[in-house]
Amino acid sequence: MPANISALSLERPRSLKAALATLADDPKLTPIAGCTDIYVAMQFGTLAEQRFIDLWDLKELRGISVTGDVLRIGALNTYTEIINSKIVRKQVPMLVAASREVGGAQIQNRGTLGGNIANASPAGDTLPVLAAADARIVLSSHSGSRTVPFDAFYTGYRKSVRNSDELITAIEIPRINGLQWWRKVGTRRAQAISKIMIAAVRGKQVRIAFGSVAPTVILAKRTADVLAGGGSIAEAQAALLKEISPIDDVRSTGEYRATVATNLLAQFWNETK
Amino acid sequence: MAPSVGKNVRRKDGDAKVTGAAKYIDDLTFPGMLYGATIRSTVPRARISKREVSLPEDFIVADHLDIPGANYVALIEPDQPCLASDQIRHVAEPILLVAHADKHALIDIDKRVTIEYDRQEPNYDPEKSDRSFKNINIDKGDLKRGFKDADLIVEGEYRTAHQEQLYIETNGVIAVPGYGAITVYGSLQCPYYVHKALVELMDLPPERVRVVQTETGGGFGGKEEYPSMLACHAAILARKSGKPVKMIYDRVEDLLATTKRHPSIVRHRTGLKKDGRVTAMDVEVILDGGAYATLSAVVLSRGVIHASGPYRCDHVRIRGRAMMTHTPPNGAFRGFGAPQTQFAIEAHMDRIAEQLKIDPVKLREINALRPGDTTATGQKLGKDASALPVLREAVKRSQFNKKRKKLAGTNRGIGLSLFFHGSGFTGGGEVKLASKASLELTGRGARILVASTEIGQGTRTMHAQIVADALGIPYDAIDVHEADTAFVPDSGPTVASRTCMIVGKLLERCASDMKRQLGKLTPAQYFKKHGAFTVTKQYEPPPGLQWSDETYAGDAYGSYAWGCNVVELEVDPITFEVTPINVTAVAEIGKAIHPMMAIGQIEGGTAQGIGYALTEEVVMKDGRMANAQLTNYIIPTALDAAPMDVGILESPYEHGPFGAKGVGEMPIDGPAPAVINALRHCGFDVRSIPATPERLLALTDSRKTKVVRR
Amino acid sequence: MRLTINGKKRTVNVHPMKRLLDVLREDCDLTGTKEGCGEGECGACTVLIDGVAVDSCITPVAHAAGRRVVTIEGAKATKLGKALQNAFVVHGGAQCGICTPGMILAAAPLKRGATELEIKTALAGNLCRCTGYPAIFRSVKSALRKSGAR
Repeated sequence: MPANISALSLERPRSLKAALATLADDPKLTPIAGCTDIYVAMQFGTLAEQRFIDLWDLKELRGISVTGDVLRIGALNTYTEIINSKIVRKQVPMLVAASREVGGAQIQNRGTLGGNIANASPAGDTLPVLAAADARIVLSSHSGSRTVPFDAFYTGYRKSVRNSDELITAIEIPRINGLQWWRKVGTRRAQAISKIMIAAVRGKQVRIAFGSVAPTVILAKRTADVLAGGGSIAEAQAALLKEISPIDDVRSTGEYRATVATNLLAQFWNETK
Repeated sequence: MAPSVGKNVRRKDGDAKVTGAAKYIDDLTFPGMLYGATIRSTVPRARISKREVSLPEDFIVADHLDIPGANYVALIEPDQPCLASDQIRHVAEPILLVAHADKHALIDIDKRVTIEYDRQEPNYDPEKSDRSFKNINIDKGDLKRGFKDADLIVEGEYRTAHQEQLYIETNGVIAVPGYGAITVYGSLQCPYYVHKALVELMDLPPERVRVVQTETGGGFGGKEEYPSMLACHAAILARKSGKPVKMIYDRVEDLLATTKRHPSIVRHRTGLKKDGRVTAMDVEVILDGGAYATLSAVVLSRGVIHASGPYRCDHVRIRGRAMMTHTPPNGAFRGFGAPQTQFAIEAHMDRIAEQLKIDPVKLREINALRPGDTTATGQKLGKDASALPVLREAVKRSQFNKKRKKLAGTNRGIGLSLFFHGSGFTGGGEVKLASKASLELTGRGARILVASTEIGQGTRTMHAQIVADALGIPYDAIDVHEADTAFVPDSGPTVASRTCMIVGKLLERCASDMKRQLGKLTPAQYFKKHGAFTVTKQYEPPPGLQWSDETYAGDAYGSYAWGCNVVELEVDPITFEVTPINVTAVAEIGKAIHPMMAIGQIEGGTAQGIGYALTEEVVMKDGRMANAQLTNYIIPTALDAAPMDVGILESPYEHGPFGAKGVGEMPIDGPAPAVINALRHCGFDVRSIPATPERLLALTDSRKTKVVRR
Repeated sequence: MRLTINGKKRTVNVHPMKRLLDVLREDCDLTGTKEGCGEGECGACTVLIDGVAVDSCITPVAHAAGRRVVTIEGAKATKLGKALQNAFVVHGGAQCGICTPGMILAAAPLKRGATELEIKTALAGNLCRCTGYPAIFRSVKSALRKSGAR
């Protein structure tokens, strides 16, 4: 049974401008979009927030386009829209792959890219992709916009540099040079929280990111350096084990996650020769 | 007129279900209805040292002192309190009940009540427990001699864990008070179990208690006994408030508080001749019953009777015990002890095959029970005993022998299991139940009056087919009355794969009687001329059936169904995830009254068995289910569904309706060992389930980081 | 708040964050949509909003306002919906029936040539405990064939 609804309030601004003005006045409001995380927290009684601002109808936050070398995805674009986008399929197929494995159709129809970033779960399905893609997050407030590199966005477990009067409005992904690789290991083939996830790019640069192995997504820089510098897979695996800190939980064990992470690293490197 | 038995007639309840018209318990409301909630223990073992409740007057609060009759939920032993008075024996044990007109007022109600505990040391290990709910000994022949005859002895220990029934509709009831009376509507399998519990708890005469089953969204045994507890809770609140009270569990509460499959430890010591003949079987079966007896004695009974598997052996000793631990009580779940013990024997047989260097099919052919052989309890099997036919059919359909060779040394494996399942209550159980069924003449045909419940398996449809053909009238002319104790006789519980074989037979007898009485008249003609009449029949055991509870020997069941599973699977060397590639399920069930529904039971039970083997894990921490959310208790999705090939064989049982035996439970007995035996074929020596990727990894050298396969 | 449910316009006076599931069941007397988990995991609560399947247990009614909602009670309005309903009866897709409303609506957006993988993908968010799924796939395939869904 959900939390006591009558205690909750919902602002419903009609435009992005109005939303940002409301947030400037009242930065304590919690933005909601597809609600696939918020309502689960309500059901389990773990939702601390009570005052919300609804972004779902804001058209300005949707839209997938390419300008020059940069692909731009609106914060409110859903997984389904990403999966169906010819542009994203062509330019960032690993984001399409990740989106296909979020929940099931119902979740994909409602969950948004911005929501996945804002929810900041260590198991967020798109986060390793965005890290490996060297994405940028566009933040807007009443006083303007700024762009933050994805690598600099999170500062700790469920903590980011987003100010409470800012909204994630878009995600920018620069053209990716190289092969993209992605794999999620879940408890089953759909409707699964990941036990471990890898997203990687192999080109002139090597970028490798892991999810569900630390409080935030991990861009395994030293591991990538080993491989880019001609090191062996075994050396890279040893480096990886120092960059991740997987835990035991109700879904899996630290040992499993660590071993499978090293196996996934090897699979990535072998399959992208 | 074409017969309906053996045909896929249109389900009686199908149209209501696909249009959303079928009414499940949460779809119903009553005027003035309140909502109820349960306040439960947060510790596994304690004495309650303090209770403090100060809620506003618009809340109704009830405790054990509000129980008019005896404070226990009547089932087998009177040991399980309906509401804890001073002793807590498991996490989530019910202590207080609260009702309110606004269900939102009950959110976080447990935070508004103070209960303090003097904690005591809990025990979670059934082998360290000093309290046994039941001990059962089975002895056949002379064990010493059996081992003396052996060339080789193989030992093994096998473990299974909790499994959650995971019906998609959670438990729920509505209790409606009357003047010195109570009616309870609910999602349940056994209206008369609930009736009995209410009579004793509420101290009411039986005719003043009424139980009505509403459309039920799955049971699988999970709604065999638990609804009695919930019905009692709602009844207490209804009586105290004078208003109808609805209690629906949300998924978390249902996972935390209701019964699960008994975990098991089974140890085998088996004497073999070099040529593969089993000479002696020594089996120890330990079940974890949780905190109260519930049905542990009966689960143990079925478990030990099936513990030696579908094999002939002259010298058998089986020792079983069901032990108390400080965890939520375990209860009925499809298979009821047989999945546990047949997991063990079938995993054990493949280890025997490995050690003797005998092909697993050949080992089973040598030892399988044949017509005329005697079981571990000394029951002589009739000519409908079909171990060999199901084995041969499954081996053929799955191309087992060819694939066994072809897949050897790869990361794919193929394994099989052979199993059987007794239909109906064990031994003298059906006689004790003395089930009744009634058939009433109507203006257009006949109406079935039984306490058997439709829980998805097709009860209404299958019973109507039997009656239609026995009466010689169309299937559409048969109605089925709601399972309402005010109208239907006690046909016994909807469990033990007895609904077709036992109750269906009673209905067949009713229909034969009715047909005789109708003479040359059609039902419409007779009804017009003479009005309605009702035929009632009571269970009569088949002639010659003999059983002794004292020696635990004799004819354990009227008949057995027989099954064989073959599972072909692949292990991902990078993640150790297991993907079933193909599952073959062959079942010999006497007669498929409705072939599509019989296949539905086989496919559904097989899927549950695969989940039991691979992914369904109840993570217990400090006596509490730590993964009590649907996102964390893993059953297969459509994308995980194993492709299945189902074969049905029919070897009629002469005392079953149209030759039918039972089919509901057997399909879950075989898949887990077939999966484990396929994993063995891939090089994984698995002795316990679920065989999660984490456990498969642990079976290999986890320090190796290259692609691992043994 | 104004919603169109199964083709009929309805006005409800409820908190905008009330679950769409509860609004349907309590305020609109449409009890065909079921709650199996409340956490967006089982899909028993699936409805269509503007033709797209969502879990109504994790959707605020505000997000259905001004949109077209279809529940199981309205499934018969389309050729495929009707065909699915009949197929689930005839081919064993429905046993206990509790997952059936959600399952039928999750299948409703499928197109005629849908492959087995596309069917499974559309239904991956709907859990069934009775059938093990094969009969559901058979039911959906039959309905797609019979209805000529484009």
